[in-house]
Amino acid sequence: MPDRSQTYDVIVAGGGNAALCAAITARQAGASVLLMESAPRAFRGGNSRHTRNLRAMHDKPNEVLTDAYHEDEYWDDLLRVTGGNTDESLARMTIRASSGVFGWMRDCGVRFQPSLTGTLNLGRTNAFFLGGGKALVNAYYLTAEKLGVDVLYDTEVIALNMDDGAVRSVDITYRGFPETVHARCVVASAGGFQANLDWMRKYWGDAVDNFVIRGTPYNRGRVLKNLLDQGVAAIGDPTQCHAVALDARAPKFDGGITTRLDSVPYSVVVNQHGDRFYDEGEDVWPKRYAIWGRLIAQQPDQIAYSICDAKAFPLFMPSVYPAIKADTIEELAVKMKLDPGKVSETIAGFNKAVKPGQVFDNLKLDGNATEGLTPNKTNWARSVDKPPFYGYPLRPGITFTYLGVRVNDKAQVLMENGQLAANLFASGEIMAGNILGRGYLAGFGMTIGTVFGRIAGQEAARHARN
Amino acid sequence: MRETEAIANARREVEVCNACRYCEGFCAVFPALELRREFSAGDLSYLANLCHNCRGCYYACQYAPPHEWGINIPRTMAEVRAESYEQYAWPAGAARAFEKNGTLIGLAIAVSIALVLILSMAISAPGAFFVARPVEPGAFYSVIPLWAMQIVAIASFGYALVALWMGARNFWRDAGPKGKTGIKALGFAAWDVLTLKNLGGGGNGCNDNSEAFSMRRRYLHHAMFYGFMLCFAATTVGFFYHTVFDWAAPYPLLSVPVMLGTVGGILLLIGTVGLFSMKLVDDPLPNARRMLAGDVALLLLLAFAALTGLVLLAVRASGAMPFALAVHLGFILALFVVLPYSKMVHGVYRSAALLRRAAERNMKPLGGE
Repeated sequence: MPDRSQTYDVIVAGGGNAALCAAITARQAGASVLLMESAPRAFRGGNSRHTRNLRAMHDKPNEVLTDAYHEDEYWDDLLRVTGGNTDESLARMTIRASSGVFGWMRDCGVRFQPSLTGTLNLGRTNAFFLGGGKALVNAYYLTAEKLGVDVLYDTEVIALNMDDGAVRSVDITYRGFPETVHARCVVASAGGFQANLDWMRKYWGDAVDNFVIRGTPYNRGRVLKNLLDQGVAAIGDPTQCHAVALDARAPKFDGGITTRLDSVPYSVVVNQHGDRFYDEGEDVWPKRYAIWGRLIAQQPDQIAYSICDAKAFPLFMPSVYPAIKADTIEELAVKMKLDPGKVSETIAGFNKAVKPGQVFDNLKLDGNATEGLTPNKTNWARSVDKPPFYGYPLRPGITFTYLGVRVNDKAQVLMENGQLAANLFASGEIMAGNILGRGYLAGFGMTIGTVFGRIAGQEAARHARN
Repeated sequence: MRETEAIANARREVEVCNACRYCEGFCAVFPALELRREFSAGDLSYLANLCHNCRGCYYACQYAPPHEWGINIPRTMAEVRAESYEQYAWPAGAARAFEKNGTLIGLAIAVSIALVLILSMAISAPGAFFVARPVEPGAFYSVIPLWAMQIVAIASFGYALVALWMGARNFWRDAGPKGKTGIKALGFAAWDVLTLKNLGGGGNGCNDNSEAFSMRRRYLHHAMFYGFMLCFAATTVGFFYHTVFDWAAPYPLLSVPVMLGTVGGILLLIGTVGLFSMKLVDDPLPNARRMLAGDVALLLLLAFAALTGLVLLAVRASGAMPFALAVHLGFILALFVVLPYSKMVHGVYRSAALLRRAAERNMKPLGGE
């Protein structure tokens, strides 16, 4: 049992990928380290336990990545998804550093595998963890413990008590009991606030009651809020979050990857009133996947229904829940508690509007569209007419929030007055908004966490020993 | 396979796996399940027997207990395997042998040893049983006549082979592939069987009792399996020496059968004792409790068969030889008798499952790109 009365060189608040990378790196640099994870051991690892890959730059093929993914292409991808909501020098530094993490990860016991089936052609850009993010987290905890990092579970960091730009003490609850611990440096790696529904409610109102939180229920943003309340500089739009379309039957928290649904491009999507509300075939799913959460959040009761027929059913990955299945559209509507007359009218209108078109091709924008509808479906539009018919209810699923603390290239936290916090560093989702201020790039969160975790650990250790 | 609670649970769990797919680098089970969206009871039996119980997926699973979905593939698959052993057993009535398998094996050992001991003592001249004999051809047959050994061995082992074959046929009918199985598939499957490629979490080893990986189980299983095969080879060579060249046992220390048997016996002993000791510190969560007694009983039976063989070699020049021989043959008899009604069947069904996997190796996963 760690001696909690000692003054550690480095305290790490959080227990996911970024926290572990910081803790291990600091320990490897000779610092004494205490890592505090608010979840119990079984649920350790924050949202990292639900991830599966890391986006990495590489100039030639290696054991895990095919072809090449150069800095400029990586940067272009980031620029596109963020719409410029990024910091070029931090971003490029992160991208460059991503090519050098494999050796260290491997030394920490992380293993890789060929890209998974059904992963939207990520084999070139993203390195997949063997067994996924929880296996990675397991490897890091084993390494951390072997190196002598003190780890406390069920331990939430409540407050980093700052005075004159420096953290003087850390208030925690250890298994429910309040305590205060001390360290020369602190690394904040405690994630965003997407699991804090009351905080989310400030921006989204009662719609949050119909949101599904895809990841851990432990990302309540406690450290983030505490820092922002003490004059730490904020970054990222507090009202924004990454929201995708999920199977509405998903559990409120921790449903992870299996509740996502790729059926939209091959479906007709209606709201509770049986009306279509957006072009389902606007673009390939990987590029449109992240707008559907918001679209559904704007519908009455934040719910929508994806309807397809037997032709479309084999084209997408199954969700974990069985499709609702019926021999007629009316019957399907009744099973989904929708107005059968209205839904069959919508489908009939859709079928009539389908232009006789080109060969159907689900692998590219095939131009098969409807005509005269508001909105039209601009690709993969085919009559929904071959029974049985399948339906899935959809809800907005929140992956992460964008609000964070501002950092420099040494992972050092900045204050509102522009000064550097003396002994406070940050890594992971809590600072990802510096680089990914908007949008989503698969596996980039893990890249930021790994790169900044290592920098934060290195810098915190160096700082503590000076 | 009948639709049972274990089957229903397995179906629920593999449907979660099919929507996740994070574990597909660990072993053959995950790529195999991605080939379908609907799982018959036979498919689930196939997947269950394809699972080598390395537990990599359990520790990596974001949905493992205490998550509300409680996904525990190693335990679930072990439970389906246990049911499959019962359902494919031949004759059908023998399914009950798997119910209290540990007790059954224990009884078989006790009865076999007692029988061989009593009979061999009974036919020996009064007072002659504990007398040392020179280590020369025919010494063993002065304790137990050759014809008795041959009849009992051929009858019990022959029956075991027939029963295993019939079990394999039952498996293949219920859980075999729909398409053809080419000669190439046989090669792939044989390689997987002989290397235990799937007992190793994608090359890193098993999770013995925690998140840490180790090759211990794979290596110990290799020691056990190849040790067993060497012992079998020793017996076969001895049989040929006897029938073809008319050289009777016991053979000199540096003869082929004794060397094969000695190395095999030591490997078998290392493997079984090692695997047994690992059971003592197992994480109970990813394991099926109902399999434990039968597993342990078979490990101990194999360990004692090996140990008594080595003891026999050590004492064969002394007055303890007849006793050691009878006890050793008692263990061997028990092994032959329980062969088709013990954990041994896993070798048959798993090999068959690997063969189906090899036959389906070119099928494409559903969904995806």
